[in-house]
Amino acid sequence: MGILQIENVTKTYGKHTAVNNVSFDMPEGSIFGLLGPNGAGKTSLIRIITTITRADQGSVYLGGEKLNSSHPSQIGYMPEERGLYKKMKVGDHLLYLAQLKGMSKTEAKTKIDHWFEKFEIQDWWDKKVEELSKGMQQKIQFISTVVHEPKLLILDEPFSGLDPINTNLIKDEIHELNRKGISIIFSTHRMEQVEEICEHIVLINKGQNVLEGKVKEIKNQFKDNLFKIEYEGSLPANILDDVKIVKQSEGAITIQVPEEKQSNQLLQRLLAQGVFVHSFNEILPSLNEIFIKKVGEVNAF
Amino acid sequence: MNKLWLIIQREYLTRVKKRSFILATLLTPLAFMVFFVVVGFIFSYESGDKLRVAIVDEQQILDRPIPPEERLDFTFVDEPFEQLVEDIDQSEYDVIIKVPKVKNIKVKKFSAYYHSKKQLGLDMHNKIGDRISDRIRKYKMQQLELKEDQLESLNTSVTLIKENDEGESTFASIIGAGIGGVMGFVMYITVFIYGMMVMRSVMEEKTNRIVEVMISSVKPFQLMMGKIIGVGGVGLTQVIIWSILIPIGYFLVGIFFGFDTSQMSSIPTDAPAIDAQEAQDMVAQVRQELGNKNWWGIFPLFLFYFLGGYFLYASLFAAVGSAMSDDLGESQSLTLPITIPVILALYIMMVVVTTPQSNLAIWSSIFPLFSPIVMPARLAFSPPVWQIIVSMLVLAGTSIFFVWLSARIYRVGILMYGKKVSFKEIGKWLFYKD
Repeated sequence: MGILQIENVTKTYGKHTAVNNVSFDMPEGSIFGLLGPNGAGKTSLIRIITTITRADQGSVYLGGEKLNSSHPSQIGYMPEERGLYKKMKVGDHLLYLAQLKGMSKTEAKTKIDHWFEKFEIQDWWDKKVEELSKGMQQKIQFISTVVHEPKLLILDEPFSGLDPINTNLIKDEIHELNRKGISIIFSTHRMEQVEEICEHIVLINKGQNVLEGKVKEIKNQFKDNLFKIEYEGSLPANILDDVKIVKQSEGAITIQVPEEKQSNQLLQRLLAQGVFVHSFNEILPSLNEIFIKKVGEVNAF
Repeated sequence: MNKLWLIIQREYLTRVKKRSFILATLLTPLAFMVFFVVVGFIFSYESGDKLRVAIVDEQQILDRPIPPEERLDFTFVDEPFEQLVEDIDQSEYDVIIKVPKVKNIKVKKFSAYYHSKKQLGLDMHNKIGDRISDRIRKYKMQQLELKEDQLESLNTSVTLIKENDEGESTFASIIGAGIGGVMGFVMYITVFIYGMMVMRSVMEEKTNRIVEVMISSVKPFQLMMGKIIGVGGVGLTQVIIWSILIPIGYFLVGIFFGFDTSQMSSIPTDAPAIDAQEAQDMVAQVRQELGNKNWWGIFPLFLFYFLGGYFLYASLFAAVGSAMSDDLGESQSLTLPITIPVILALYIMMVVVTTPQSNLAIWSSIFPLFSPIVMPARLAFSPPVWQIIVSMLVLAGTSIFFVWLSARIYRVGILMYGKKVSFKEIGKWLFYKD
């Protein structure tokens, strides 16, 4: 059973339906991409999961339990619109947020010290938030999200405003937390990050679930059986029946085969003909292409 | 509950520890002290050096001599007025006065003429005039063969004492008005300052974007109440410190600078001089009246109205703060509907202090938007118990209702960005589901 189950959730604001009958299941211990164009209803859905708002219809289960007021302490949420109290000291601020998540003061202090050590920022405790650069504030924000060791971590555009070094730092932390068994919802527009980080995704558009599954499976589902061959020598005139040449250049060719399995035959024949093959790759569609295709499809209606 | 307490603590401590708070809390009484000193100097200021006044009293109607005063020296001179005036620049006199004959003993207006080296100040003008007036009075008394004690006995001071009430005198109502006015004004100031503080702080949280982080841990209602209670605590702290330090400052100024600080409240220029006995009586009477007041009844009530009024208005301010963007013009149009009743209440309070039993007083001290300011002003006049009870019940009910109403606006408002907000829009928020 998954860590998070969304069952037929609907949420309306006045006349506007923000989330329309969405269902999905998030496997425990996974990194789960929550994707969708602007205004698709991602934030509305996240706000329901974090108990900020309640679903009008449908139910949400966290760890098999219907969502209730004890759950916020098991969730760490880093919203896209985030900030800190500018005048507060960094250490006090983290203590405050950790205590609001139900930690005791001493427990929180130990954990914060641990994170400070990890990020090598021990001397930040007495600094005011406003004295920190934006990137540094993001680090603090990240610590505040994970300090209470949540079961479910929800990160909405976690890398916005971070330089490449800090992006990698946080990325590594995400993977480490995930190895410890924390389930992570990762919401972003940046598809290359999703491909890099997520195992599962759900794509939401206009409040509806339009695509869901493992990244690998989805890519297979959307692939066009394209192969790119880099070679030396000359290709036989007729490589294979029904093969369509998509792109050809000096020493490289991209072809489409009618059926996936035919790729082996193709390779066999090339080798038999004495073609020196440098590489033979299947071209899978990027999530970006799938995203655009799927969203475009729905919007065309 | 625990989370609410954490929020209250943070809201309270971050404000109380701020340098600006400490400065304002300590400097305000100091500013008052400086104010007392300055006012003291102004009142005790007397211009210039000693004035030498020559009086030409050809008819010899003035009683001689006129005893010299601190900055005045009178000399009767027999030389002709014109001669003196001509030589004024060389003479030792600063002012030369000619007192003409009193033709008719019944004359009420009398003019004396003078020349002076320099312009006479208004205070000297009055002083010299008073001395001459004194002497003419004596002259008239002689002429009419009247004695001072005969005249004295014509004056009868009448005090109206109401018998069917426990010891309420006009004096009591003056003191009641004083206390009531101060109480109402303190209410007005606190509601305004700290209500605005709540509003600004809500706005800040919203523009800071911390609010979504916060409400993923706590309920919006807890966040709002924590803020209102925390800021209310700051207000109480400040008012209590001021109400201790300002009177201390007042008395310190009195001791160290030797000013009679009572001068500042009443300006006794033309009032008949109160002799020592009378003054003592008055002090005793004030003490007695203050003692007569049922302070153990008034203070808890005052606190109740403070809390009721504060919660009512602060929650409205919080709701408005949550609906605002950083656009200042917009914020003004949204706060106006809240500030208008507060200001109206202040004006009503000023009238009510003088007519505490009028219909206006009764109804406005029951109407919940006015009662937190108007009722405290009436408390010193011992209003009927039923009115107090009704007013308290209405206020308590309305406060709870407004807190609830504001919480419903707040929970939607804090997550609303980049939208221009109208009252119609806010009205819709009330009906949003959680």
